[in-house]
Amino acid sequence: MTLTKAELVQQVYKTHTTLSKTQATESVEAFLRISKNTLINGADLLLSGFGKFNVKDKNSRRGRNPQTGDELTLDARRVITFKPSGILRDKINNS
Amino acid sequence: MNKSELIETLAQEVDLPHREAAAITNTILETMIEALAKGDNIEIRGFGSFVIKQYRSYEGRNPKSGKKIEVAPKKLPFFKVGKELREQVNLHGKK
Repeated sequence: MTLTKAELVQQVYKTHTTLSKTQATESVEAFLRISKNTLINGADLLLSGFGKFNVKDKNSRRGRNPQTGDELTLDARRVITFKPSGILRDKINNS
Repeated sequence: MNKSELIETLAQEVDLPHREAAAITNTILETMIEALAKGDNIEIRGFGSFVIKQYRSYEGRNPKSGKKIEVAPKKLPFFKVGKELREQVNLHGKK
């Protein structure tokens, strides 16, 4: 089974009975939009009990095309890393 | 950005009371945690996906004392950033 956005919306709608379906959808969309914009703007996202998303700048480096073996320069880039919280790790392992 | 800042922003964007935005945020995070605890994956288009990786037990060392220790089998969640977010994060890094 895979959890998708549609199921998140369904769960929010079911749990919060005062919300309309549109509001539930909007809430999930806004949650994701805020999270994404935070990271796009280069700030870390810390969700206590879940984990943290860090934005890291990587320097350019020399690498190889694994198929041809040719040397090439990999450009400097910015990436996102995720570190699960201790609570999340425990829940995953104790179920 | 931390969780309470995210809740504050969410409350403003969806025009709901702070307490409601907090409850919705908790539902979203708890739904994700429960899915991962069950061993399910998460796939959110435009954001990214989480998969559970299973590790077998292995012999490790205490880095301080150098003593050999048996590391128990464990599961860890891995986050793979979605293409759209990865590109946008990288684009802003170059500015």
